[in-house]
Amino acid sequence: MTVSGPNKGGPVLRVDDLRVAFSTFDGVADVLSGVDLEVHPGQRVGLVGESGCGKSVTMRAIMGILASPPARVRGRITFAGEELLTMGRAQRQALKGTAMSMVFQDPMTALNPVFRIGEQLTDVVRWADRRRGLRRTASERRARILEVLGQVRLPDPERIFDAYPVQLSGGMRQRVLIAMALLNRPRFLIADEPGTALDVTTQDEILRLLNELVRDEGLALLMITHNLGVVREMTDYVYVMYAGNVVEHGTTDAIFAAPAHPYTRALFACVPKLSGGRAYAGIEGTLPDYTRPPEGCRFHPRCPHAEARCFERPPSFDLGEQHHSACWLHAPTEAKS
Amino acid sequence: MEYFFFIVRRLMWSLLVLVGLSIVIFMIARVVPGDPARIALGPLATTEQVANLRHKMGLDRPLYVQYAVYIGGLVRGDFGQSLLTQRSVALDLRTAFPATLELVLATIVIATLLGIPTGVLAARFKDTWVDNIGRVVSLLGVVTPSFFIALLLQLLVGYYLHFLPVNGRLDPSVSFTPDITGLVLVDALIRGQPGVWFDGLRHLLLPAISLAAASLGQIARITRSSMIDVSRKDYVEAARAFGIPDLVTTFKYMLKPSFIPTLTILGLEFASLLGNAFLVEMVFGWPGMAAYGVRAILHKDFNAIMGVVMITGAFFVFVNLLIDVLLGTVDPRIRIRGARS
Repeated sequence: MTVSGPNKGGPVLRVDDLRVAFSTFDGVADVLSGVDLEVHPGQRVGLVGESGCGKSVTMRAIMGILASPPARVRGRITFAGEELLTMGRAQRQALKGTAMSMVFQDPMTALNPVFRIGEQLTDVVRWADRRRGLRRTASERRARILEVLGQVRLPDPERIFDAYPVQLSGGMRQRVLIAMALLNRPRFLIADEPGTALDVTTQDEILRLLNELVRDEGLALLMITHNLGVVREMTDYVYVMYAGNVVEHGTTDAIFAAPAHPYTRALFACVPKLSGGRAYAGIEGTLPDYTRPPEGCRFHPRCPHAEARCFERPPSFDLGEQHHSACWLHAPTEAKS
Repeated sequence: MEYFFFIVRRLMWSLLVLVGLSIVIFMIARVVPGDPARIALGPLATTEQVANLRHKMGLDRPLYVQYAVYIGGLVRGDFGQSLLTQRSVALDLRTAFPATLELVLATIVIATLLGIPTGVLAARFKDTWVDNIGRVVSLLGVVTPSFFIALLLQLLVGYYLHFLPVNGRLDPSVSFTPDITGLVLVDALIRGQPGVWFDGLRHLLLPAISLAAASLGQIARITRSSMIDVSRKDYVEAARAFGIPDLVTTFKYMLKPSFIPTLTILGLEFASLLGNAFLVEMVFGWPGMAAYGVRAILHKDFNAIMGVVMITGAFFVFVNLLIDVLLGTVDPRIRIRGARS
């Protein structure tokens, strides 16, 4: 069995058997139960799933901003060949906002309302410089910030620099957040549903801009979203998550051509079609309680194809060179092999 | 610009509040039973003498005329004569008000300088013993009446331990009149008398601490809860994700937004502070507005009562205006939109 995804000199990011649990009043919530994923240089990867499926926890674990305790993180996260979960605190801190960076989701809440944009961005650059032992003057830093503000196509960067968030529109603030992520020239970017808080046309502009920047700079991108349209337009490879597991992954083309896992199929069926027809009713049931998740495949209580062996956890079966599904339906049958 | 009009509007409202206050107090003082002229002259005075004094004080004229005459004087800075001290009320207040002001300022400084760090620490170490101690102490400060704390401190620190004096603004052996600003600590500095300054500080400490306990507790509680509130904001998570050091995140990116509710509370806290100051002043024999005001009320010294209330009221209104301006400097949303959003 080959490693999934194209292998050009190894992945930028590799997540192996990531498990995250939280202690809650109701017991231990087993949120991520063994997530594997890879992002290769220059690759744009989508992580899709409904709200509460563990996308954000995965993202926080990768960025190292899960508060632990209460979170208990196990498994391996390898970034550029280095193991993140076991490395020293200072080393881990040095990566934040530099080699790996992040575009925050909500432009209305991710900027501090009582500080000027310029001051917030300057701190991002200044502390990153200090950690990397880079010596830059205040005016050099300012020049870099103005350059990036121009790059995200904000008109009049000087004015934006001196503005408070309240003086900018949602779209402008989202551009500032993208600029913030790009300031220290990252190699890898996590984007957490950028623009979902904005109106559709503005969101479209933002995503286009992000896409262009990622291509121009040759960045690897991990895009977290629940919007399948965005996934199709902006990614090369997709991981579909359900209840803390990756249930299906493959190239965007392969998955959109033939979604295989029952959950993925149900998810695709929920997208309203422009050609009209009956609105889909959604997927029967709700996400499981993470303190008492179902045994085996976590989707089986909602799955129309559920059978006895679903109480055992299915491994990932190959559907093609670059398409894999974790469902017993896709187990190679005895007769064929 | 909008912010400028916002301040002007607030200023006009403040003026209106003061006019309202003057009417209410003027009426109340005259409605309560007891004739000030009779009290002043004593039981042996003849009816004629009392009538004469009433006429001299203008008490025989209609109420609205009395009020108009009073306001007419007030705008010229004339608070009238005090029956009791036989001096101009304005002059009396010039010595009494700075004493109270000094006490209140010291209280605010103590309460803020100790309250905010307590709140920040409690929030930072939420649900640990640090937080628990902080919370219990804050709560005790809020619920214990300040005059009780005053008595306790007097007994412990003053009487048993002899650490600090328990009465007055300065030691009787020290002859010093704060005649520049009226604040002992400031005037002693200006005059270059460190001995007086130190004595003034020693006298100030106990009353200020008793008065500060409640405000300190309140500030610590508000700071703690707003720090916890702010710690869950996306922009704090963003600061962490970008590797901004913990201390910078806490004291810059969290403390400044958390300071907004604290500042608002501080304005409200002022009302109870002035009220409590009356009690604490009585306990410590502090020659401030309390001693003067209480005597004025007992003797139905109309002009003195009005003076005390008007100055206290104006002070309260001014402080709240000041807080609004400060809020504007801390929070650009208020400055730019004239409202928080």
